[in-house]
Amino acid sequence: MGLLSRRHFGDRAFKGLALLMALSVFALIVLIGLELWSGSHLALQKFGWRFLSSSGWDPVDEQFGALPFIFGTLVSSVVALIIAVPLSIATALYLTELAPLWLRQPLILFIELLAAVPSVILGLWGIFVMVPWLREHLFPALQSALGFLPLFQGPIYGVSVLAGGIIIAIMIVPIITSVSREILRSVPGLQREAAYALGATRWEVTRIAVLSYAKKGLFGAVILGLGRALGETMAVTMVIGNRPEIAASLFAPGYTMASVIANEFTEATTDIYLNALFEIGLVLLGLTILVNAAAQLLLKTFGGPGVARQH
Amino acid sequence: MDGANHNWRNFKSLLLQGIACACALCVIAPLGLVFFHLIRSGVGSLNLEFFTHLPKPVGESGGGMANAIVGTFMLLGLAALIGVPVGVLGGVYLSEYGWSKLNWWIRFSADILNGVPSIIWGIVVYALVVVPVKGFSAWAGGIALGMMMIPLIMRTTEEVLLLVPGGYREAALALGIAQWRTIVQIVVRTALKGIITGILLALARISGETAPLLFTAFGNRFWNHHLSDPIGALPLQIFSYAISPYDDWHRQAWAGALVLLLLIAAINVTVRVLTRDRFSAHGR
Repeated sequence: MGLLSRRHFGDRAFKGLALLMALSVFALIVLIGLELWSGSHLALQKFGWRFLSSSGWDPVDEQFGALPFIFGTLVSSVVALIIAVPLSIATALYLTELAPLWLRQPLILFIELLAAVPSVILGLWGIFVMVPWLREHLFPALQSALGFLPLFQGPIYGVSVLAGGIIIAIMIVPIITSVSREILRSVPGLQREAAYALGATRWEVTRIAVLSYAKKGLFGAVILGLGRALGETMAVTMVIGNRPEIAASLFAPGYTMASVIANEFTEATTDIYLNALFEIGLVLLGLTILVNAAAQLLLKTFGGPGVARQH
Repeated sequence: MDGANHNWRNFKSLLLQGIACACALCVIAPLGLVFFHLIRSGVGSLNLEFFTHLPKPVGESGGGMANAIVGTFMLLGLAALIGVPVGVLGGVYLSEYGWSKLNWWIRFSADILNGVPSIIWGIVVYALVVVPVKGFSAWAGGIALGMMMIPLIMRTTEEVLLLVPGGYREAALALGIAQWRTIVQIVVRTALKGIITGILLALARISGETAPLLFTAFGNRFWNHHLSDPIGALPLQIFSYAISPYDDWHRQAWAGALVLLLLIAAINVTVRVLTRDRFSAHGR
């Protein structure tokens, strides 16, 4: 009897401890939300909803509006998606459907390595290698070819929203590729065989049997990439130019929500300034949670457990 | 007519395969370029002094990042102190206990936490730790990184525990071993290599994080003598040198980046060796 109850105690204590640790994820989410909320109460009171739509950012005058940062974050993320999505999905298709078998494993290894490169190292490369190259070669070429569009007009500094978008694209390509690859792998082989049996070519099999089957999951992978893009901090901060303005040109410098926090947090001398930065954090958190929740739901309904596990 | 159509379809198939191949090359090109420039610009500044000396003030050449290298390892240790027990036990709960609805929510929340931008962790820990004790500290940096590790480790631990065959658990329980000892001594032990792999991958992931350390560990150009003082870290040092206007510091930033990337590569290679053993043991 004594033995039995001791054992029950051990079982119950261990289970309780494990439960506590598992529940810590809820605690962490609540904690993040509460800390950001209470850290920004002054700004929430003073500016209200105007904070989201006002574009003035003047610490001396104590006027704060998040619009330029929201704009910069969204534009750089959209640029990144436009570059990264076709590349990633084509690469995932190549890796699962088209590439010769001996090439697949090394390519996957390289993509995993790219995912492991820290943001700050990519930023360092961005400052000293990519931005000068963009300034000297790619941007002038783009301007002479597509200069009639407002997107590609104006002076070229190198550091710009477009440079930020490119560096974000490099960072999210591995995530979108590896999640897409998992999804394409979960497409049943029978789908492909049926299409082959009808005499379809390799590309036709991919398009008819694989892509249309995996559409929803691939969309989830893209949204997951968007979630990462919105929160990218260091590399973007180093190449986007950090100027809070809303410009039509992609060659103009910009600023993102994550970068303004990284740059100005330790310089924020007044309470209201710090509160405004916390509120930007709150907006960023809300946005990324929404986007990530959507991505997880899409992936979970598509592939069951295991599809989204990579990240 | 039919033959022409057939040729066209085959040509289109080949063309699109070629495009897909070109896309794959585009994707890995930045990796090659980053490695190339890191080695070209970093190796020159890498010498014994880099690993053994403190940073020199502006204008004096030489000096190293010894404090930042040690600082990175100390921060990883502190982070592991928080992230490993919470993450592993949480993973045990997900795989061994719980009911499906609760576990679904826990998994969902862990995945959401994995998507929280790292800069957010920085300001949250700033409000949580730095403000109350009125100072940046190694503790704060370790807590920020540790919190980031929790959901990562929880998910990988759960996954490897689910790979342990149910028969192991049943056999142990049938022998009259208490459930918690079954879990600790049989299930976790069987999956230990996989769990360690997950921990190492989480360490590799956070070892390059800069944003959560900016307002917590803060950085320090000297040795950290106390965990309640600010501490240097490789990513922080790389960042502050990279955005500085001095050529000498730029060279040091490249060298630091090379060391950091080698550290991360070393962890990844270790993981590869570990997982290869595991797979061969299971005959896969």
